[in-house]
Amino acid sequence: MFVRKYLIPRLLQYFLVIFLGITIVFFIPRLAPTNPVERTIAEIRSRGTYLDPAHIQAMVDALTEMYGLSGSWLQQYKDFWVRLFHGDFGVSFFQFPTPVIRLIKNALPWTVGLLLTTTILSWVFGNVVGGMAGYAHNKRWSKVLDALMMFVRPIPYYVFALSLLILFGYVFRKFPIGGGATIGRQPSWTLSYILDVLRHAFLPALSMVVLGAASWFQTTKLIVQNVKSEDFVQYAQLGGIKEGKIMFRYVIRNAMLPQITNLALSLGQILSGALITEIVFSYPGLGHLLFSAISTGDYNLIMGIISLSIVAITTLVLIVDLIYPLFDPRIRYK
Amino acid sequence: MVMPIGSTLKELFRDYRFVCAFIVLLFLVALALLSFFSPYDPTIWYYAPRDLPPSSKHILGTCSRGQDVFWQATFAIRNSLIISAVAGVFSRIIAVAVGLVAGYRGGRTDRFLMFISDGFLVIPLFLIIVMLAMLIRDKMTIFTTGLLLAVFGWAWDARVIRSQVLSLREREFTKTAVLSGTGTMELVFKEYMPYITPLAFSTLINNMSWAIGMEMTLSIVGLTNMDIPTLGTTLKWALNYQAILMRRWYWLSTPVVLSVFLFIALYWLSVSISEYLDPRTRVQRVGGE
Repeated sequence: MFVRKYLIPRLLQYFLVIFLGITIVFFIPRLAPTNPVERTIAEIRSRGTYLDPAHIQAMVDALTEMYGLSGSWLQQYKDFWVRLFHGDFGVSFFQFPTPVIRLIKNALPWTVGLLLTTTILSWVFGNVVGGMAGYAHNKRWSKVLDALMMFVRPIPYYVFALSLLILFGYVFRKFPIGGGATIGRQPSWTLSYILDVLRHAFLPALSMVVLGAASWFQTTKLIVQNVKSEDFVQYAQLGGIKEGKIMFRYVIRNAMLPQITNLALSLGQILSGALITEIVFSYPGLGHLLFSAISTGDYNLIMGIISLSIVAITTLVLIVDLIYPLFDPRIRYK
Repeated sequence: MVMPIGSTLKELFRDYRFVCAFIVLLFLVALALLSFFSPYDPTIWYYAPRDLPPSSKHILGTCSRGQDVFWQATFAIRNSLIISAVAGVFSRIIAVAVGLVAGYRGGRTDRFLMFISDGFLVIPLFLIIVMLAMLIRDKMTIFTTGLLLAVFGWAWDARVIRSQVLSLREREFTKTAVLSGTGTMELVFKEYMPYITPLAFSTLINNMSWAIGMEMTLSIVGLTNMDIPTLGTTLKWALNYQAILMRRWYWLSTPVVLSVFLFIALYWLSVSISEYLDPRTRVQRVGGE
């Protein structure tokens, strides 16, 4: 029953979303008023290089081939999918002729590390503290925290990260303000290298954890306030169960469940936030790569990053959705 | 839920957050309006000496491009507000249309539209916006930036509106109206709109805030028209001229501080309004404290 009623429709949705996303990515450059080939040529010309018409034609042909824009749309579309399955996104323009996939592979561990750690930390932290604050919503500390969050929550990733960068990088010079590790150090599994990486990751991670936790804090606090006024809590109190046990075992646990679904829904935004934060701190992950790709007009690289992100995020969402029943004993998909 | 405007405002002004946000916003809008009286043209460079610290002639100093930071900031706020208003209003139109159709028609239409909006929620939209912005980079104006953001900013709010319509459709008065021969259009516009308008308005504020932040991000990665002063491009120019390293705080912090005030004010406004609209939290607020 689980397979037919839940798994198959969910998998179907998963493939449909990927299909839709990748199709949008395929059509955007083709429907836009200027195509990548024209843009690249215009950019080369704007740098003042003289090109004679024969050369331009040769370049147009080469670029058309390179961007996978030759042949009919149907043919291109088919090729696009075939290449996607092979992980072949063509060669990069700004680091010619490195394949896009290799650039992405080098950047990926940094982004995955930053994203996973900060997402988990902020989710757990925001929910537990938010839950406690919601349970004790008449206490002074809860109100102070709540007021603080009212200032942090609306700040977008970029502005918050930049403020941290200025504050810690230039006013209190405690942490490195850019890069993933000290330049020139060989990656290794030694303690000093790991500490170096952690020191570099501190500010980007801090900015993501604070912003993420603020948003989880607020939603959990609201949910807990509502759950707290339900009958079963009063019943438990009358039954003489310890407050701490009621709070964690019954109230917060109940409130965290919808937050798992919300986590799945906001993963795309969190990824966007991570990419933006990386740009601020020139952290060597996908965001930084994206920034270089934008500044140099490297379409293959951008297409690669986008396609990969779509597949990765939808897969993560699927995983979160599928493990949800492990946390909620009421749902067993019988 | 549907109440006369006078008493609604009275109740809202009892909330200190609403009052603070309202005052800050008034101040920012006044700054934006001041730009119409600016003695300088924001697109011209070097009309003033470069890198002057704040003085009585240039109250926030001048930047490395030889422009007055204060007057440049008034234009920046004005343009950022216009972009967010364009984005907000157009995405509200899409959100209301999708929410109404999906909620009212139900069935296959509903599933299709919600599938699209789910897709929009899951896919990292920032990347898609970046890609589109790259291709129309030369044609980016305030208006097109707003429209671009509008195309991507409706998905969540369409869901909110849809669930409202779903519950309205089940109510008694819908059946009465349908049985007494009210047309769909009339029913939707006359009976449902009073319920949907407040929702559209409270989501509008959040959406405007999102649009301003997104515009800043797009400017930082260099995808908007750098000649139009907005909060994003002002910040980008300051960063381009190494304002952090050169310690030109008056230049760098002007867009940052202004945008922080703007974000917080918009957020407080929306929290206050949505708490007012949601009776559950309202009861808690009145009864609990």
